[in-house]
Amino acid sequence: MKVLIAKPGLDGHDRGAKVVAQALRDAGVEVVYSGLKRSPEEIVAEAVQEDVDVIGLSILSGAHVLLARKVLEGLRAQGAGDIKVVVGGIIPPRDVEPLGALGVHRVFPMGTRLPEIVKAFKETTA
Amino acid sequence: MRDARLHAGPPIKPVYGPDDLAGRDAAQDIGQPGEYPYTRGIHKTMYRERLWTMRQYIGFGTPEETNARFKYLMAHGQDALNVAFDLPTQLGLDSDDPRAEGEVGRVGMALDTLADMEQAFAGIPLDRVSVSLTINGMAAPITAMYYAVAGQQGVAPDRVVTTPQNDILKEFVARGTWVYPVEPSLRLVADLIEFSAKQYPRSNPVSVCGYHIREAGCTTAQEMAYGLAIARAYIELMLARGMAVDDFAPRISFNFTCWGKIFEEAGKFRAGRRLYARMLREHFGAKNPKSWIFRSLIGGGGSAFTVQEPENNIVRGAYIALAAALSGAQTMALPTYDEAYTIPSAKAQLIALRTMQICAEESGAADTADPLGGSYYVEALTNEMERLIQEELAHVDRMGGIVEAVKSGAIQAEVARQAYLFERKLNSGEVPKVGVNCYVADGAAEADHAVELYAFDQTVADAQLARLAKIRRERDDRAARAALRRLSDEARGTTNLMPAIMEAVTAYATLGEINRAMKDVFGEHKEPVKF
Repeated sequence: MKVLIAKPGLDGHDRGAKVVAQALRDAGVEVVYSGLKRSPEEIVAEAVQEDVDVIGLSILSGAHVLLARKVLEGLRAQGAGDIKVVVGGIIPPRDVEPLGALGVHRVFPMGTRLPEIVKAFKETTA
Repeated sequence: MRDARLHAGPPIKPVYGPDDLAGRDAAQDIGQPGEYPYTRGIHKTMYRERLWTMRQYIGFGTPEETNARFKYLMAHGQDALNVAFDLPTQLGLDSDDPRAEGEVGRVGMALDTLADMEQAFAGIPLDRVSVSLTINGMAAPITAMYYAVAGQQGVAPDRVVTTPQNDILKEFVARGTWVYPVEPSLRLVADLIEFSAKQYPRSNPVSVCGYHIREAGCTTAQEMAYGLAIARAYIELMLARGMAVDDFAPRISFNFTCWGKIFEEAGKFRAGRRLYARMLREHFGAKNPKSWIFRSLIGGGGSAFTVQEPENNIVRGAYIALAAALSGAQTMALPTYDEAYTIPSAKAQLIALRTMQICAEESGAADTADPLGGSYYVEALTNEMERLIQEELAHVDRMGGIVEAVKSGAIQAEVARQAYLFERKLNSGEVPKVGVNCYVADGAAEADHAVELYAFDQTVADAQLARLAKIRRERDDRAARAALRRLSDEARGTTNLMPAIMEAVTAYATLGEINRAMKDVFGEHKEPVKF
């Protein structure tokens, strides 16, 4: 299993992204981290190039619905709609359903415990 | 007996006594408040003379909305401001830049031109209110706008008291609002420090932050060590420009957090003051005692707050306020109890302000200088923190110094590693968190619907775009373009860029245009991605 942990948009907070990346790596998952401030197009291109199974988007700025939609649209446009997208960060509960409706596979609202996130990633390709 | 450890790692003994202070020279190490090495605080009588400044971090939506919130809190006794800017502003993007879509006015106040800064401070007398500007990569142009607004209000340059954060190194380590590569970014930091030292002598042109690095995951000792290493880097930068240390060091200030263990935090600050005083006097040869003092905003610590049972965060905030007071803060700011959920509501902001006021007026923490001084535990902890901070400083040296460590990504990787270790301690329960990993109530992980979520409003962005378009239409375009050309030309040389930036902002060049004029010359930072 291979995962791209990505930071879309302008938000510079990467603690959560890097913690999840390290936890996945310790759980035997191959992890690529995008670095900060990647555009949805750059993230889609990196996911396709790296041939990942899952993209984990970490967004703390509040712009998660817009950014997740752009990544999902970009994946479909590249014929890579099979890559699953999960989203974590400051995601208020009211946005969990709208993100699911867009095609986001799993959402990790704030407060989600790390083991639960790792388990969910592993189940994504199970 | 249960195990107890500092956040910095070492174990805590169940009892401390005189033996724990044996072999140390109390007069030399501890001294008196207001005296070198300032272990006990930077003023003789501390809060009896002057209470800490209360400065909540505020900004959202348009400059009008932010101005109204400023006035609301000032009406309730807040005596200073700290402006939060939205992400496009922090990164030098205009509100109509495609990359700003969805971010305008969201996590801070939107700002594109001087007109927005004028609006933000309309009716707020800048000769009487001190204002912090939480801005780093764009510190030079944003501070130029602030200086321009103060000038418009008729405030003399030597009456302007502002603290732009202007600490780009910690942005590379932790907060991420960098734009240009490390070297030109450092040049802008130095340009603003030099220009302000000469023209705006009461401004504090750099606020060195351990705060954000700790929020990103490092330990208490690392927070202080990295902050001191960053301060040292800026001092060396200014000395390399030919300035004398006493010409700028008195206006250096700091910004640190203090959540967690109250006594460890007090020890951290007592050790940090001592180390900074010694570095300035002994290493840099500063003669002015004002150069020796570690003046700090202490507070914040949103990472200590929880989503679960958010009202508990009010209690955590009160302990942070007490820790800040016992640590000798000059300025205090608290996270709001709804911090894990949303942009703070007015109610949550008021509770945070009231928490600091209750600490100041009711708790007795402000009655005497350094109330913890002489405690076996706190003095031993201060020595222990000093040792740990020095170890971390030596580690920074082994990484080639803080600037090299930032360029290679080594320090970012260390902070990320610590963040992961801490998360594992939370998961194992080694670091207890009430309502999260102990005393967990049924349904405690459920979101709290009583928290009032900030309703982000797209019309905010629309209003900002309309105002930007109007400014572009109505300004003297030739003057703006000429100023931007001058800025690009000067960026290619080595002259101080602040006069050119001042010209550009007063010609109503937009922040995005000013950024582009410099980026065309400087290029963009490429992040060393390590974790």
